[in-house]
Amino acid sequence: MDVVIFLIFAIIAVACAINVVVQTHPISSAISLVGVMGSLAVIYLLLGAEFIAAAQVIVYAGAIMVLFVFVIMLLNAGAEATKGRAPMAHLLGPPLLAAFLGILAFVVRRLFPREYTAHFGGFTHGTAKDVGRALFTTYLLPFEAASVLILIAIIGAVVLARKEMD
Amino acid sequence: MGSVPISWFLTLSAVLFALGVAGFLFRRSIITVFMSIELMLNAVNLSFVTFSYQLKKVDGHLFSFFVMVVAAAEAAVGLAIILTVFRNRKTLNIDDVSSMKD
Amino acid sequence: MQLWLIPALPLVGFLVNGLFGRRFSKSLINAIAIGSVALSFAWALRAVLGLDLTHPYTERYFTWIQSGALTINCDFTVDRLTAVMLMVVTGIGALIHIYSIGYMAHEGGYYRFFAFLNLFMFFMLTLVLAANFLVLFVGWEGVGLCSYLLIGFYFDKKFATNAGNKAFIVNRIGDFGFSLAMFYIFKNFGSLDFGAVFGQAAGKPESMLTVIGLLLMLGACGKSAQLPLYVWLPDAMAGPTPVSALIHAATMVTAGVYMTARSWSIYIHAPAAMDAIAIIGIATAFFAATIGLAQNDIKKVFAYSTVSQLGYMFVGVGCGAFSAGIYHLMTHAFFKALLFLGSGSVIHALSGEQDLRNMGGLRKKIRWTFLTMMCAAIAIAGIPPFAGFFSKDAILLAAHHRAPWLYWVGTITAGMTAFYVFRAIFLAFFGEYRGHEHPHESPRVMLVPLAILAVLSAGGGYLFKVPEYLGAVFPRMEIPEDPALMTISTLAGLAGIFLAWLMYVARPGMADSLAGAVNGLYTLVYNKYFVDEIYGAAVVDPVVNGSRAVLWQRVDAGIIDGAANGVGDRAQEIGGALRLLQSGNIRSYAAWVLFGSVVVIVAMAVAGGVR
Repeated sequence: MDVVIFLIFAIIAVACAINVVVQTHPISSAISLVGVMGSLAVIYLLLGAEFIAAAQVIVYAGAIMVLFVFVIMLLNAGAEATKGRAPMAHLLGPPLLAAFLGILAFVVRRLFPREYTAHFGGFTHGTAKDVGRALFTTYLLPFEAASVLILIAIIGAVVLARKEMD
Repeated sequence: MGSVPISWFLTLSAVLFALGVAGFLFRRSIITVFMSIELMLNAVNLSFVTFSYQLKKVDGHLFSFFVMVVAAAEAAVGLAIILTVFRNRKTLNIDDVSSMKD
Repeated sequence: MQLWLIPALPLVGFLVNGLFGRRFSKSLINAIAIGSVALSFAWALRAVLGLDLTHPYTERYFTWIQSGALTINCDFTVDRLTAVMLMVVTGIGALIHIYSIGYMAHEGGYYRFFAFLNLFMFFMLTLVLAANFLVLFVGWEGVGLCSYLLIGFYFDKKFATNAGNKAFIVNRIGDFGFSLAMFYIFKNFGSLDFGAVFGQAAGKPESMLTVIGLLLMLGACGKSAQLPLYVWLPDAMAGPTPVSALIHAATMVTAGVYMTARSWSIYIHAPAAMDAIAIIGIATAFFAATIGLAQNDIKKVFAYSTVSQLGYMFVGVGCGAFSAGIYHLMTHAFFKALLFLGSGSVIHALSGEQDLRNMGGLRKKIRWTFLTMMCAAIAIAGIPPFAGFFSKDAILLAAHHRAPWLYWVGTITAGMTAFYVFRAIFLAFFGEYRGHEHPHESPRVMLVPLAILAVLSAGGGYLFKVPEYLGAVFPRMEIPEDPALMTISTLAGLAGIFLAWLMYVARPGMADSLAGAVNGLYTLVYNKYFVDEIYGAAVVDPVVNGSRAVLWQRVDAGIIDGAANGVGDRAQEIGGALRLLQSGNIRSYAAWVLFGSVVVIVAMAVAGGVR
């Protein structure tokens, strides 16, 4: 059962990811990315990460991607232009990607033999309560730093995006 | 009640990451590049959660949480920058903002 | 006893005159320079008279070098040998300083001259007072430096600066031998202290001592202008005449003799080295005397005479008669300094003329100079009862005792010595004046030192009984007095004088006709056997050309500069290549980042043991 769920949503995630990369119009890419995030949220649930799954949907898919869509519409970004040269990227990219993927897959296979498995319910400490406790005890400093970071980001975004005073 | 081998999760994470890199390398629109970056971050999140399951600790979730926070901040500021660049250069083509050449 | 004052006083004179002399008046410079040397002489006299010198008296000042097994202290020591040298150096030094007031009165760089002269006194006194080889070497090198500075005193004249260079470079060759000797001594004796080294010398193998002796002799050949390193001394006449008198007659060139005498403990046990010294000494004496026969520059005649007389001193030392060698050092200082100062007086009288062929008949015009120079000439010819007779005879007797052929060559050389000195005297002072100047007598400040030296040349043999005085220092050497040998050498001297009189006073044309008769031989001798040319072709030119072609162009410009420039060029090339990475294209940057990350992942995987 878990295997089936995992496979379905893994395939959806990969397909949407490929779509993100392949589509010419940014808005199509954005919608596909939302799809990726949704599938990933389900997979998180499979791994017992309830809080993270909820955060994924609410924050990532709900806020960040909405922001992306806003900006795409604001800029009236159209289909991508076809010109532009990047010789290095075209030259090095494909073989490096293949190498990258291959090596990672190899390493993963080596380090995690078939015995290590995951099933739904195998990890029950991913609740909001557990995450909250860890957040406010062990990870208090990063928490506070993150709040400062968000503040900076807000101010930065406001300053950068406003129109010139004339 | 089958169990999913952990290596599959990690392989999925690697594939998503590689797709994100591919998008970064081969797309010309700045916004699409940005979205590829978000894709990469998601892949990493999956990795963290997987390891958290494997080690039976909640710390991976915390990492993932902070990644999301940072991604949000980064998205906000990054999109603001893109707005400014578009206003000044009137283009969203990444190859045209290359004035940092020697 | 504060021995350090003896060299320190001239050093103070050098510093004051050197640093501030430019603004001083002449009388202030004189007062400082001569005052310091005179005080040094007085203090040395006090030390010599006040100490009981039957045993050496040492004063230790500070530890100079302390490095592993090597400990060198700055010590001064006085024994009877030092006493003789101190008196000669400070006494004659003071006289020459006084003479220089008159001689250098119209020259530029007055303060510089006296500063250098004082510096020379400091180094020479350090050399004489030293209690170990290294401090002696400091003085040795220092006098070489001062010699260079003073020979090249007229630095705007190329031949003077060349002569200074030549002196210094040839000396360095000798110093190389000295340095090797010091290294070898330290390796085998463990110390450079005179007391330690000479005390242990008796127990060391003869081969080692011979090597040390020969290396020290090389150093002495350089400093004391013996074969084959004598070539700098005649050229050194380019310096002012007081310099020639002090440095190249009385004091610096005798440093080699002093050092050899001081090391008698080593030489006594290395007869081969002593024989080498004697042979080189007699060869130099004979060789230089032959060159002196034909020279026309009055100072060159006396320069070759100095080389020849130094050869005599080495013969004395090499035959074991150390005190005879030192005795001759002292008397030679008297009459050779007088000869040089006298010729300086002649040159001064003739406003710079040095060629004997343009002199003549000066005995009526500059009487005092003439009379004093006659005293010196008689002394150097070895005519009793003047000082030179006693010392030269002591050496010749010792030479005969060692090997009779040494005596006969020495006697012939004595004859030649008398001949060329009196040739100079007769050409300069007798006959008709052949020049165009107006000769005038020198001022009194120049004449008084001449007079004092004349008295010393005449009576020095009686006044200072050096061999008895030094009997406590050197080993006993029993040489029977042989009246026959003494008479023969005196006759040789008289014969030389008579021949000179014959050729230059009685029959003036005879010299030229003789020279014409043996034209080839005369040319050879007149051109100093072309030794300088031979050295130039055999040694100097190959070194210079080799340096230019190989070391300069290939090594320095090619390899070293090439390497330095090459580094810069390679860096530039690499930079030029790396520059292309900065394309401003973000996607290219991303590709490179990916490349780097793949490398890092592989590295981490391998390091983590995944195989």
